[in-house]
Amino acid sequence: MNLIPSRYRINLRKEECIQCRRCTRECSFHAIEFRGGLVFNHEKCVDCQRCVAMCPRDALYITKNENRFACHAVYSTEALKEIYRQSEAGGVLLSSMGSPGRTVPIYFDHLLLNASQVTNPSIDPLREPMETRTFIGRRPEHVERDEVGRLIDNLPPHLELQTPIMFSAMSYGAVSLNVQRALAMAAARTGTCFNCGEGGLHESLYQYAANTIVQVASGRFGVHETYLNSASAIEIKIGQGAKPGIGGHLTGAKIIGDVSKTRMVPEGIDAISPAPHHDIYSIEDLRQLVSSLKEATGYRKPVIVKVAAVHNIAPIASGIARSGADIITIDGFRGGTGAAPMRIRDNVGLPIELAIAAVDQRLRDEKIRDRVSVIASGGIRNSTDVVKAIALGADAVSVGTAALCALGCHLCASCHSGSCAWGIATQKPELVDRLDPEEGAERLCNLISAWTSEIKEIMGGMGINSIEALRGNRLALRAVGLNSRELAVLGVKYGGE
Amino acid sequence: MMKEGEVRIPSGCAICGIFSRDGSQICGDRIAHAIALMHNRSNGLGGGFAGYGIYPQYRDHYALHIFYDSLKSREETERFLDSHFDIINLSKIPVRQTDQITDPPLIWRYFVSPLVHKIQDSQLEENEYTARCMIRINNLIEGAYVFSCGKNMGVFKAVGYPEDVARFYRLEDYSGYAWTAHGRYPTNTPGWWGGAHPFALLDLSVVHNGEISSYDANRRAVEMYDYKCNLLTDTEVITYILDYLTRKEKLTLEECANVIAAPFWSTIALKDGQEAARLAYLRKMYSSFLITGPFSILVGFTGGMMALNDRLKLRSLVVGEKGRTVYFSSEEAAIRAVEPELDRIWAPAGGQPVIVTLDEGVRI
Amino acid sequence: MSVQVNASQVDERTLKDLIESESNIEVTGCLGQRYLGVARKCGQLRITGTPGNGLASYLDGGEIYVHGNVQDAVADTMNDGFLAVDGNAGDALCYAMRGGRVFIRGNAGYRAGVHMKAYRERQSILVIGGRAGSFLGEYLAGGTIAVLGLDCPAGSQLTGYFCANGMYAGSIYLRTTARPVGLSDKLSCHLMDGEEKKAKLEGLIRDYASAFSLDAQQILSGPFLSIEADPHKSYRQLYATL
Repeated sequence: MNLIPSRYRINLRKEECIQCRRCTRECSFHAIEFRGGLVFNHEKCVDCQRCVAMCPRDALYITKNENRFACHAVYSTEALKEIYRQSEAGGVLLSSMGSPGRTVPIYFDHLLLNASQVTNPSIDPLREPMETRTFIGRRPEHVERDEVGRLIDNLPPHLELQTPIMFSAMSYGAVSLNVQRALAMAAARTGTCFNCGEGGLHESLYQYAANTIVQVASGRFGVHETYLNSASAIEIKIGQGAKPGIGGHLTGAKIIGDVSKTRMVPEGIDAISPAPHHDIYSIEDLRQLVSSLKEATGYRKPVIVKVAAVHNIAPIASGIARSGADIITIDGFRGGTGAAPMRIRDNVGLPIELAIAAVDQRLRDEKIRDRVSVIASGGIRNSTDVVKAIALGADAVSVGTAALCALGCHLCASCHSGSCAWGIATQKPELVDRLDPEEGAERLCNLISAWTSEIKEIMGGMGINSIEALRGNRLALRAVGLNSRELAVLGVKYGGE
Repeated sequence: MMKEGEVRIPSGCAICGIFSRDGSQICGDRIAHAIALMHNRSNGLGGGFAGYGIYPQYRDHYALHIFYDSLKSREETERFLDSHFDIINLSKIPVRQTDQITDPPLIWRYFVSPLVHKIQDSQLEENEYTARCMIRINNLIEGAYVFSCGKNMGVFKAVGYPEDVARFYRLEDYSGYAWTAHGRYPTNTPGWWGGAHPFALLDLSVVHNGEISSYDANRRAVEMYDYKCNLLTDTEVITYILDYLTRKEKLTLEECANVIAAPFWSTIALKDGQEAARLAYLRKMYSSFLITGPFSILVGFTGGMMALNDRLKLRSLVVGEKGRTVYFSSEEAAIRAVEPELDRIWAPAGGQPVIVTLDEGVRI
Repeated sequence: MSVQVNASQVDERTLKDLIESESNIEVTGCLGQRYLGVARKCGQLRITGTPGNGLASYLDGGEIYVHGNVQDAVADTMNDGFLAVDGNAGDALCYAMRGGRVFIRGNAGYRAGVHMKAYRERQSILVIGGRAGSFLGEYLAGGTIAVLGLDCPAGSQLTGYFCANGMYAGSIYLRTTARPVGLSDKLSCHLMDGEEKKAKLEGLIRDYASAFSLDAQQILSGPFLSIEADPHKSYRQLYATL
C-alpha cells in the first residue's frame, strides 16, 4: 500500500524535445528513462533541476504535484505524508540542507539598513578607500611595553580575512573532493578561509593551508599532527545549527577510496560522529581540549569553538570565551547539513539573528566581547544578511548553502541520498566528475567578490569605511514588523524611532 | 519631545583652541573673540568653553561645575558630595544676565577633595574614585548634572551662541594657559544645557565637529568598561574612549590617535616594518574604538592639548603658531581674528595628531 | 580706478552688496567673510586678508585676486572667470568646477579638484603652486589640474594619498618624477617628453607664472608626470543584471 503520491511532476514540451536523451543520462535519481520514448518516474523526482538545466532545448520543466489531500487546517498534506512515510518505513525522518523554517521568522528580512544624509557623508566605495579586511582572534586585556616603553606585540595569532565571509564546514564525504577543491581555491583567491569539516583533509589540499580551517569533531576523523598543522586555524565542532545535540552518521556506502583514506577509517564501514565529544562533559573539559590543540600546534593557530544556536547560547558563548578559545562560531537554526533528522532540523535551536544579538550583548555585559571574535553562520543568504549579522554583533560570517548554490545546488534537499546530480553531495565518480573545480572556484570567487562589492556599497551609504566600525553598530539597523520582545533581544529600535 | 540622551541628535559645529606653551595667561575673552568669528557654523543651540589653569588657588582640588534643575536636586547632590568629599568651597558660578541666554538652570561650583577614608575603602585611586562619583551623580540624581570635574580647569557651557555664552559666564574674568571653544549646530532642538559642549571627564575635555558613523559600535564598546553614555552624543563617546585609552590603558595620545583615526591598511603597508607593526597592532588590539565618519576634535588635558582629524579629513582644521602660543581652529580666519600675524599656519593631515604641551619647568 | 573698502569697518551684508554693485573693487582687512564674489560675472575683485568659506563659488566671469590664504570650498561649481590666490587654499577647492581658471600660489588642502569637469568650450583649469592634500582630482571628469611643487625638493611626492581615485576624464600634471602612492590601476601615468610638455603645458604655465611674477621657463624645465584615465578600464564589470 503506497499512500504517498509523488511530490513533483516532470513535464515535457513535446514540440521542443529532440529526443537527445540527455535528460536520461543527467538524472541521477532515475526519474527519467528512455524506453522507446521518454518515461517519467515522477515519484523519483526530487526537483534538483539538473535535467531542466541540461536540456539543450529548454523542453523540460518541473511542477509541484497539484494533487492535494483533504484540506485540514491541522493536518496539512505535508504532515500527512510524514505520517504515511513513518508508518511505512518505521524510522526517523531524514532530511538535509537547512530548515525551511515555515513559521519561524527570518529576522534579517525584518531589519532595514541606514544611510547617511547631510550630517555625514556617504562614501563611494569605488573611489574612496573602503576596508573589509577582518582580523579574527583573541585579544589580550591590556597592552604590554618593553623596558623603553615600546609596545610589545602580545596579540595571539589572528586569522586575516580580506572580506568577512568564510565558507562553512562541509566534510569530504558529505561533499565531494571537487567541492572542497573549488572552495579551497576560491578561498585562496579571495583571501578568506574554507573549512574542511570533520572528515579530514585530503592531501592534495594541503597546499591551501593558509586558507584552511581544519575541524576537530567528536569522531576525530583524520585528525593527526600534520592535519592540525596544515591549516591557519582549528575549529572544535561541538554542534551545528541544523542538528544541535545530534551526532553524525556517514554511511559505509560513502566511505570509499580517498574518503576512507582521508578519514582514516576502513572502507565500507559507517563513520559515526558521537553526539558529544566524550572527552568534553563540561566547560573545563573544553578548556583542556582547546589547550591540548594549542600545545600540539605550538600556539601558532587560533582555536575556534563552533556551537549550535540553542536556547541558552549566551551563557554558553560566555563560557567558551573563558575557555581559552580565540573565536566562537554560532551556527543558527537555518544552517545546512548533508543529513539530519527532520524533526531536529525543524524544531531545535534558534535563528542566528537572535543568537548573535544575545551573545554579543552578553559578552559585552561581561566585558569580554573584545577578548574574542564571533562568527555567525546558518542562513546567511546574501550580502545584506552579512551586513545585518555584523551590525548585530558578529565579526564575520560563514556561508555553506549559498556556496553550494554557487556550485549548482538547487536545494532539493536530497544530499542524504548520495545521488546528487550536481556532483556536490555524492561520492559516485561519474557524478563527482560533473563538477569542474576550476569553474566552481571561479563561480565562488564571483559570488564572494560580488557580495563584497555590495557590502562596500552599503557601508559607503552609511558613511562607514571600515568593517570594524559596523560591528555591533546596531543603530545602523531599524526593525519593522517585530514585537517589543523581539526588538529587545535584537537590541534594535523600531523603524521611525 | 525627548530630551537629549533619550534620543541621539547629530550636529555640525565650529571648534577652536588656544594654548600657551610657556604658560602665559590667556584671558577668556580672547577665545570668545576667536569662536565668535565662526558664528555661521553654529545655530545658537549650544556653545561652550574649557579653560585650563583658571583655578590656581585651588589647583589641588577637583573643581565641580554642576547644573541643577531644582533645589531638591541640589540638596540631594550636596548630601552625596558631603558624604564622599571634603568640600573646600562652594558658590554659585557668577553669571551676567543677557537677553540671549534664557532659561538657565542653577549653576554651582564646588572645590572638593575626596574623603581619605572613603578612597581607602573603595580601593580606587583618587581620579577613578572621583570619576565614578561624578558618573553616579549624573546617572542617579534626577535633575543634577556634573559638567566639569577636573583640577585647575573648568567647563562653561549653555544653550546659545558661543559669544553669548562667554558673556553670560563672564569669561573675561578668567584666564589660563589653555582654552578650547565650541559652537554647536545640532539638527534638533535639544534645549538642554548638559548637551552643549565641551564634554569633560576629570581634566580631559573634548570639543568636536562632525558626526561619526561608527557611533553605536564605539558606544557599545566603551560601555563595557564602566562608562555610561547618557547624552548619546559623539563628543561624549569620544571623551570616554580617550579617558579609557589614556587613563586606564595608559596609551600615549599619539597612540590614541592611531587607534581612533587608524591609518588605512593600505597606508600602514607603506610604512617601515617596525612602524607598520606598531600601527597594525594598535588597530587590531583596539578595533572597536576606530572612529569613522567626519570629525575634528580638540582634546584639552592638564598641561596639553591635542588636535585630531578623522583619517579622511572630512572636517577642516588649521593650526597656527605665534611665538610660544599655538592656535587651533575650524577656520583660519578665527585664528587671525586674535592673532593676525602668525609665524606659521598649516592644516594637519587626516589622522595626524598635533599635540602641544607646556614647556619644561612651567608651573601652572 | 577701483573702489576701496575695509571689510572690518562694514557689516557682511553691506560688504557683499558693495562687491555686487561695483565692477572694480578692492577689499582690505578681510577676515572670514563668507561667499565673497559668489556668482560674479565680470570686473575685478581684489581681496587682502583671509576671506571665509565659499569664496568665488559659481564664479561666472571676471577676475578675483586674493592676497592671503583662502579657506574651504573655494571656487565651488565655478563656471567661468579667473581666481588667483597668493597664498594657500583649504579643503574642497574647485569642487565640481566646470570652467575658468584657478591659480593657487601655495598649497591646497584635501580634496582639491574633486569632480572637476569640462563641457564644450568650457575647460576648467586648476594650478597649485605647492603641494596638494589627499584625494586630489578624485572623480575627475574633465579639465586640467597641475601641481607644481615649486618649493619642494626634486622628486618629492606632491600629493597625499588616494590621488585621482575614480578619475575618468581630464588630465592631472605633477611636476615631479614621483608617482603618487597607490595610484589606481584604472589610470595611466607617464613622464612627459619635451614635445608633449610644450604642447600641453607651455601656455598654462606661462599664464600661471605671469600671475605671480615667476619664471615660466624655470618651471617648465622640471619633469612632469601626466595622469589620465585608461579608457580600457571602466567600472562596468562591477554590475550583474538579473
